[in-house]
Amino acid sequence: MEKEDLIEEIRARFSAGIESYAESLGDQVLVVRRENLLALMSGLRAAPFDYAVLLDATCVDFLASENRFEMVYHLFSLSRNRRLRIKTSLPGGNPVVDSLSGLWKNADWLEREVFDMFGVGFIGHPDLRRLLMYEEFEGHPLRKDYPWRKEQPLIPLKD
Amino acid sequence: MSGFDFLSARFETALGWARKYSLFHYPFVTACCGIEYMSTACAHFDLDRFGAGLIRFSPRQADLLLVVGTVSHKLAPVLKTVYEQMMEPKWVIAFGVCAVSGGIYQNYAAVQGIDKIIPVDVYIPGCPPRPEMVLDGLMRLQEKIQREKQDWRWKKRT
Repeated sequence: MEKEDLIEEIRARFSAGIESYAESLGDQVLVVRRENLLALMSGLRAAPFDYAVLLDATCVDFLASENRFEMVYHLFSLSRNRRLRIKTSLPGGNPVVDSLSGLWKNADWLEREVFDMFGVGFIGHPDLRRLLMYEEFEGHPLRKDYPWRKEQPLIPLKD
Repeated sequence: MSGFDFLSARFETALGWARKYSLFHYPFVTACCGIEYMSTACAHFDLDRFGAGLIRFSPRQADLLLVVGTVSHKLAPVLKTVYEQMMEPKWVIAFGVCAVSGGIYQNYAAVQGIDKIIPVDVYIPGCPPRPEMVLDGLMRLQEKIQREKQDWRWKKRT
């Protein structure tokens, strides 16, 4: 199995969109601008990089920071046995980013979960609804400014 | 004591004895306590020794509701419906701290104890409770059933 490291080639080819590169505990981490996310991901999905698996897509809320939300994607290449982490920052006022559901099918539900928990919008998503919480739920429970014990019961509760 | 009172008291004792040893239970299993429930129900600890071995997977055929595990706010209407579908007389056991009080969870998702939704007869704490505790809880419920006034004319409980 070919296991050569193509990170230099990735950085060279997508240098316009990449803000920084780092290694964290042995994992390669790319920070990209959100305008360039979809183009970069399409490139990584195709040969020769061949990141065929989207392992996870999730979000982090940095409440005090100007770029409040940070999307984190984990990619895995089956043919090259390589992992790659992609991060991109979103502003708190308008947290939207391009949907990856056209590239990886499982991005559909992963993005619905992020939308449900953090209220991040995904442009081009086929069916952006809540995934875990019920439709009547107001707000996004994993945001840092959600009251930490606030409950929204569906039926009247006894004391 | 008149003859009728004597007969009806005897009859109530007999009915309570029959009811406590023929509990058909409906397992409402939502979380990890279910593993402990399975261990209790299977041959090693053998729920059947106490007359509660017959598991019904329809609430309409059950008279004991075992709520095993965390109940979320999304699930609360379902649990209430299941309880209302059960025939009288019926009893409820809260199995594990999550069902008793919400346990370690106090957040946007978890109901703080199923007694916020439905009446509960016996609480079995523990995270998860050991099968011995479950059997103890079951025997306490049996004592309660034997002690309580039997509703043998099928009047609706108010």
